[in-house]
Amino acid sequence: MRRIISLLVENEPGALSRIAGLFSARGYNIESLTVAPTDDDSLSRMTIVTHGSEQIIEQITKQLNKLIDVVRLMDLTEGRHIERELMLLKVAAEGGAREEIKRLVDIFRGRIIDVDGETYAIELTGPGDKLDAFLGAMPAADILEVVRSGVSGIARGERSLRL
Amino acid sequence: MELTGAQIVVQSLKDEGVELVFGYPGGAALHIYDAFYSQEDVRHILVRHEQAATHAADGYARATGKTGVVLVTSGPGVTNAVTGIATAYMDSIPMVILTGQVPTHLIGDDAFQEVDTVGITRPCVKHNFLVRDVNDLAATMKKAFFIANSGRPGPVVVDIPKDVTAQTTHYSYPKNVRIRSYAPAHKAHAKQISRAASLLLRARKPIIYTGGGVVLSGAAKQLTTLVERLGHPCTNTLMGLGALASDHPKFLGMLGMHGTYEANMAMYECDVMLAVGARFDDRVTGDLKKFSPNAKIIHIDIDPASIGKNVSVEVPIVGDAGAALEQLLDALDHTSVEQDTDSLGQWWEQIDAWRDRDSLGYDASDEVIKPQFVVQKLHEVTLGDAYVTSDVGQHQMWAAQYYGFNKPRRWINSGGLGTMGFGLPSAMGVQLAHPEAAVACVTGEASIIMCIQELSTCRQYDLPIKIINLNNRYMGMVRQWQEFFYDRRYSHSYMDSLPDFVELASSFGHTGIRVEKPGDVEGALRDAFAQKDQLVFLDFVTDQTENVYPMIAAGAGHNEMVLKPLPDGSAPAERELA
Repeated sequence: MRRIISLLVENEPGALSRIAGLFSARGYNIESLTVAPTDDDSLSRMTIVTHGSEQIIEQITKQLNKLIDVVRLMDLTEGRHIERELMLLKVAAEGGAREEIKRLVDIFRGRIIDVDGETYAIELTGPGDKLDAFLGAMPAADILEVVRSGVSGIARGERSLRL
Repeated sequence: MELTGAQIVVQSLKDEGVELVFGYPGGAALHIYDAFYSQEDVRHILVRHEQAATHAADGYARATGKTGVVLVTSGPGVTNAVTGIATAYMDSIPMVILTGQVPTHLIGDDAFQEVDTVGITRPCVKHNFLVRDVNDLAATMKKAFFIANSGRPGPVVVDIPKDVTAQTTHYSYPKNVRIRSYAPAHKAHAKQISRAASLLLRARKPIIYTGGGVVLSGAAKQLTTLVERLGHPCTNTLMGLGALASDHPKFLGMLGMHGTYEANMAMYECDVMLAVGARFDDRVTGDLKKFSPNAKIIHIDIDPASIGKNVSVEVPIVGDAGAALEQLLDALDHTSVEQDTDSLGQWWEQIDAWRDRDSLGYDASDEVIKPQFVVQKLHEVTLGDAYVTSDVGQHQMWAAQYYGFNKPRRWINSGGLGTMGFGLPSAMGVQLAHPEAAVACVTGEASIIMCIQELSTCRQYDLPIKIINLNNRYMGMVRQWQEFFYDRRYSHSYMDSLPDFVELASSFGHTGIRVEKPGDVEGALRDAFAQKDQLVFLDFVTDQTENVYPMIAAGAGHNEMVLKPLPDGSAPAERELA
């Protein structure tokens, strides 16, 4: 089961390694992990995408909550939520392929953000599976570089992760 | 008042009410040691190795419930201490470990005696701090003590760079501490308590299984009251011994790998299990697939992550063991549910039949000293009232099985990490906490060697510990596993070239006694404990082939115990399987 866990953590050195260390020490999966400061200087927000059985996910959330640096935790997948991920790609774009790629980017509502004679740089935002679908649609041989930000998420409606 | 960082460390310890610090000096800690020089409020005990400092502080904490304090220098001071920190972490022992660090401007430069202390200890502490600003020092000390000895206790490391200990600032020790992300539960949820009460009263085959949490919480009295109120059988884990008196009629003995037949069979057959302050460790449960197949489990623990970690639980109760048991007792007084006493009576008949198997029986001998016999005599001579520390291996199991602990905090051993070398230094901490008490370190010749240098510390501080060395010239537990599971290929488990322990003890200024005949055991023990101001090293030459029974092999269930061999000496594989 894929889960998206959002955390507010103390904005202190070592907080990230405590969390990453917990996952490696206990053998939990991390599919992606993002972290950045928030509007509150003392807090960072982290989004972790992980896989596991119900029992494992329960342990992950309990173990995370036990860390002194973890202030709040929410399993976004327990309710309605939005997830977004940013992907930057560099693809080979020459001759007839240039038009073809541009059409594909339009279909996925991406943007071409840099161009030279042989390549495009593309920006695409969306849920992880949309980015996967775009990568599936692009001829593999044309893809030169892929940079994904990892998932960020937020709950819909009244549910909020805040102090 | 304006103080240096080093003075703040010492003053904070005073303000925290710390009596004893166990440590070893070194470059990065020298300012702090200088601050210790000119005061007498906090006593510093100089050990001979940093591992021993942590075990001594740990023993002190286990025997008193207070927080043990350690002071070591950077680099190797820290790495030597890690074994003791991990030992305390696995058994949830409150400790604060102060570590010197290289000056802040050298951190990350691979400076002399530099190690990433916060990084290296992270997986084996409850929390740790690196103090980069002297203005944060007092508040960090306060937080460290608060975290260490609240909720589920554990070790907390405070890493202090040398320049921070030299800088000065205004000192005031915070009265209170609030950590927004840390609020351990105390009282349990009332609805869960009432569900638990009904389940316990309706149980036909109940069992109460308790662990170290009951000892840590100081809940032995509440547990005893509950056991007597319900009339349920009770078993303790290795860490929980003494929570219910071993001579209590409802006590089934220890459970798990070397637990009694009656305790393990009752665990297997039970229909309702009340687990308190226990964590369903693999040495307790055996194969989880075969674990208590018919049981509805009620689990009281202060750590939510312990609940449902290894087994699924019917009634999870997060809270302090003592508080939750009091709430449960109260709920039992106010419920209309009637207890199923007929079924309980039949259940006790079954349990008594299991007890009749006498799973702790062993073959007495007039020729060779049986280790179990030494431990039983130790109980007699000390009237069951000694503090007993142990190392790890067969002697540890025999001490747990045969001493008979009647009070909590009397049995001091490394249960979770299983650290050889723990026994002697932890006994130092216990003896310093209780100078008048009888303190015995039950050990083996392999374990005692691991921290033997502490005989020197014992001399310096006149610690009259009695070392009970069950000397079988083998790493006994390793030998036992090799006998059972490796076709008697005793690979590197024989202890060759051992010292003469009597001479060794005497070279450190202690008394040594070698005992070779069963008839001399009691006399030697009486002689040793009569020497109130002297450490006595009793070297008992014991049966080399004795094994710890009963036993659940790794991967087996509670109902698959190996009992002691039949008199015809059948091979282990053919031994009676229960």
